[in-house]
Amino acid sequence: MNILLEHETPATDLDQMEIVYQRPDALTDLATHYCPGCSHGVIHHLIAEVIDELGIRSHTIGVAPVGCAVFAYKYFNLDSCEAAHGRAPAMATGIKRVLPDHIVFTYQGDGDLASIGGNEILHAALRGERITVIFVNNAVYGMTGGQMAPTTLAGMKTTSSPAGRNPLTQGYPLHLTEMLATMPGVAYAVRRSMHSVAETRKTKKAIRHAFTAQQQGLGLSIVEILAACPTNWHVEPADALDYIRDRMLPEYPVGDFKVSEGLGDRRLGD
Amino acid sequence: MTRELWKGNEALAEAAIRAGVDAFFGYPITPQTELLEYMARRMPELGRTFLQAESEIAAINMVYGAACTGVRAMTSSSSPGISLMQEGFSYIAGSEAPCVVVDIMRGGPGLGNIQPGQADYFQITRSAGHGDFHPLVLAPATVQEAVDLAYISFDLAFRYRTLVLLAGDGALGQMMEPVEMPPMRTPDATQPDWALTGAKGRPPRTITSLYLDADELASVNARLQEKLKTIAAAEQRWECFMTDDADLLVVAFGTVARIAKSAVRAARAAGVRAGLFRPISLWPYPAPVLDGLVDQVQGVLVAEMNAGQMLEDVRAIVRGRTPIRFLGRTGGVIPMPDEITNELTHMTRVNHRTNGAGMKRDVE
Repeated sequence: MNILLEHETPATDLDQMEIVYQRPDALTDLATHYCPGCSHGVIHHLIAEVIDELGIRSHTIGVAPVGCAVFAYKYFNLDSCEAAHGRAPAMATGIKRVLPDHIVFTYQGDGDLASIGGNEILHAALRGERITVIFVNNAVYGMTGGQMAPTTLAGMKTTSSPAGRNPLTQGYPLHLTEMLATMPGVAYAVRRSMHSVAETRKTKKAIRHAFTAQQQGLGLSIVEILAACPTNWHVEPADALDYIRDRMLPEYPVGDFKVSEGLGDRRLGD
Repeated sequence: MTRELWKGNEALAEAAIRAGVDAFFGYPITPQTELLEYMARRMPELGRTFLQAESEIAAINMVYGAACTGVRAMTSSSSPGISLMQEGFSYIAGSEAPCVVVDIMRGGPGLGNIQPGQADYFQITRSAGHGDFHPLVLAPATVQEAVDLAYISFDLAFRYRTLVLLAGDGALGQMMEPVEMPPMRTPDATQPDWALTGAKGRPPRTITSLYLDADELASVNARLQEKLKTIAAAEQRWECFMTDDADLLVVAFGTVARIAKSAVRAARAAGVRAGLFRPISLWPYPAPVLDGLVDQVQGVLVAEMNAGQMLEDVRAIVRGRTPIRFLGRTGGVIPMPDEITNELTHMTRVNHRTNGAGMKRDVE
């Protein structure tokens, strides 16, 4: 083992090193509380990178959900608030309407957005609120310990569907982003996934498109992100990524459901 | 200043506008809808924010969001809608976002009806949402008073970072009365030091009601309770009407109180020395003033358009020192002046110490 003692390191070396990667300004230096293998931390990072790249941190306001990301406001280094369960799009509406030149985004899980907050997201989209919605779909209620959500896959066992979700009595998985894409007020509605590095990069580009759509005042933008929940899926973190690919993707295909003609920043591709 | 004829709901809206409301979010519900409609016309004319929400739940959360940016935000509703807003009230209390809410009360429970009621008393003074808090509740009895209270409501909301609730009823909202409107104010443009405005050149700010650590939440609650004590000491409002020599005291608020004034006058014309104590702030309840009146009277008549809600506050203040009778009307039935007068004349005829008309004497 070749161990360099500190006094042996020429001081000038560090100064001359090129910084190729560091924590984005839009993230605080707090360690997150997320479980091993959870996608939330990486998604936070992607959002923060986009906010830095667009140079919007000082006039961006984030709205955190109820759910695992309830403390998102601690991790983003920007002005933020904590909404009641499902109400983030309404709260974001209130903020955006009085601060129309600011960038406002909500960060919501599938229980928060697609279940209890169904009405709030539907009508924010209907009105074409100029907000960005980051919709993290892991098919379960994570914070409360893995109960069935509207997004839970058919047959999927959860603590509140122990025999597996039966669509005939418990409903079919909800495709909320496709629903929103039918609404004229929505400028950008896509689904991405976190199951591989390549897909994660595509997720970041979609987040950038979504914020750009807001900057251009085109309407509501939403990026649904298929995310891993190893803890509540009862699988290893690496296997959780395969679970997204093999189980989630067939039900929730990635794709662009609505991309406004006016969206200017298309050169980034998908 | 000239006096103009104003409908209660519209007068409340115009008063809020003149007080400098920046943003209104609301949902239609009888009997307050004219307030929303008035805002829909006037706010855009003034370049201010108006938005019809998809529900009362959304409306209060829009108010919450707007209030977090330090602007003057408000909504209005009626009883069933207030029930839906209670979730938001609790978050607003927990995160100390200042805002103003108008409740034009109607008959309940459930869908009830659209007639005037006062049965939200418990809800707005005691149980406006989960957790320990009280909104500052002001109950006008006339359209002029509604205007005057609405005009100061944002000052109170921002002074204490609290929810101010203006509680009227369907009669007040729908009636027309001569009103002297206050002048248009330009609110102080300085941003509060807690407002979310984007973290430009300063550390980020967070507005939340979440404190997972028990000791931390306990200390937040201690601070909120201290604030409530301050409000309780400083913001009691009331009216005493012909109480100086009163032998009998009517206690009533809002629309019932103005009816009680007629009853008090009629009783006096019939030789009964009656007076009226009218709480204007329902929370904080002006208990010391009522407490001081109790020892001089031979009986108290509580009149409300509910089944006996403020009655509990009055009982706690009277503490068995004098008999209490209760006249309650529910279902949207408004008590007539002669009903109250009859109660007063009845009280003079009987031995108050033995006749509580079915009311339990409170002995402590």
